[in-house]
Amino acid sequence: MTAQVITITSGKGGVGKTTAVANLATALAADGKKVVCIDGDIGLRNLDVILGLENRIVYDIVDVIEGRCKLKQAMIRDKHYPDLYLIPAAQTRDKNAVSPSDMVRICRDLRPDTDFVIIDSPAGIERGFRNSIAAADRVLVVTNPEVSAVRDADRVVGILEAEEKGSPSLILNRLNPALVRNNDMLSAEDVLDLLGIQLIGVVPEDEAVIIGSNRGAPVVTDPRSRAGQAFRNIARRLQGQDVPFMDLEGQSSFWSAIQRLTGRK
Amino acid sequence: MEQITALVQIKGIRDGLLATFLDAAWEDQRTALLSQIDERSAFFQGARLAMDIGAQALKVNDLVELRDQLSERNVILWAVVSESPVSEQTAQLLGLATRISKPRPEEQRQFADAVSEDTALFINKTLRSGTRIEYPGHIVVVGDVNPGAEIVAEGNVIVWGRVRGMIHAGAKGNRSAYICALDLSANQLRIADEISATLKPQKDPKPEVASINSEGRLQAELWHPG
Repeated sequence: MTAQVITITSGKGGVGKTTAVANLATALAADGKKVVCIDGDIGLRNLDVILGLENRIVYDIVDVIEGRCKLKQAMIRDKHYPDLYLIPAAQTRDKNAVSPSDMVRICRDLRPDTDFVIIDSPAGIERGFRNSIAAADRVLVVTNPEVSAVRDADRVVGILEAEEKGSPSLILNRLNPALVRNNDMLSAEDVLDLLGIQLIGVVPEDEAVIIGSNRGAPVVTDPRSRAGQAFRNIARRLQGQDVPFMDLEGQSSFWSAIQRLTGRK
Repeated sequence: MEQITALVQIKGIRDGLLATFLDAAWEDQRTALLSQIDERSAFFQGARLAMDIGAQALKVNDLVELRDQLSERNVILWAVVSESPVSEQTAQLLGLATRISKPRPEEQRQFADAVSEDTALFINKTLRSGTRIEYPGHIVVVGDVNPGAEIVAEGNVIVWGRVRGMIHAGAKGNRSAYICALDLSANQLRIADEISATLKPQKDPKPEVASINSEGRLQAELWHPG
């Protein structure tokens, strides 16, 4: 197998990059794929917390780069999915400890026996962001239906296009259908109209996401959560399956009940 | 090797270091720069570097590669000054500065001479947030101008698409310059030194032309064929 390297980025902070990484990685692992997530936010790591692996960290990515351990030693195995691994960021160093070619090298070493490498980019467009996209085969941009988040996403899309990384795909996170109906929130169409990139998923606002993050159990493991369903669908689209978009309006309709059933693994 | 490193001169300026190149192939210039840095890597730690690449036309890949190589050496590339419009545009796309504090009157005059009143820059893509395009002639965009993007032209600006960013036409004071677009819901328009208030986004956009009217105010009007 040759891994696909996917970087998840956003420009603006707090829109759900890390949540998306944790959920997509878990969903892919639940589908039987071998997945390695890399926390690219050196100095402000938190992917380990959301995956519930905080207390297992011995070595981190900077230890690998500086030769203090082997790559395998820094890969922490998930508690529930034996084919899900995390390479944590260093908490006591900064972005300059990693260079774009270090990331390319690590991903090259991971590629032969992994299905997906998922990189969690830091917010911003500085060095940490550039490290995170250096090795990417595919980039997913996360945004919220807010004007400021969309503008930052637009900036990031512009940079990705300028660096000839190809057109990224969009995850629209925390959409609230009730607010959209009352014209109090940008709709998916408004956001797509501006960004002009391909949509890979819309994740509805859901309290279960925060609860899951705090418990270290990503929301995709909750079969009743709508957000979990949305992330499971995105994971299947990443595997090349054609999954129809969820109907976010009619929450209890027969159709969405079927979708929920077929999405459950 | 000695010969090759002589292709580049690095000196201190107010905003960090400035590298200027002798005429040569880009591959040689790049090698020269990197080997000079490697020779004195301690000196270059954390340096902010500007480059004056003369008439060299660089594509995005060239600059991205160099920027990454510099960043591995802990040198930050922040500006690229060039007489070549291709390189200038590349640098702007990557968010690099294209002017440094030291004025270059000679070269700037050359550039201005080369651009007559009738020259236009043609941009065939959507301009996203953070992009700034400056040009001494007219600018034609086929695509949208998104919020956070800026276009500054000494002549007219034509946009075959939606305008939601900032457009400044007649930037050097030409009050007869105009701006036209298929959908002119820009958050700000400027012609010469007139600045418009916000234009309302329209449900059903129609082509509009903005110019300075007989009362001296910036005004947008629907386009009427004929």
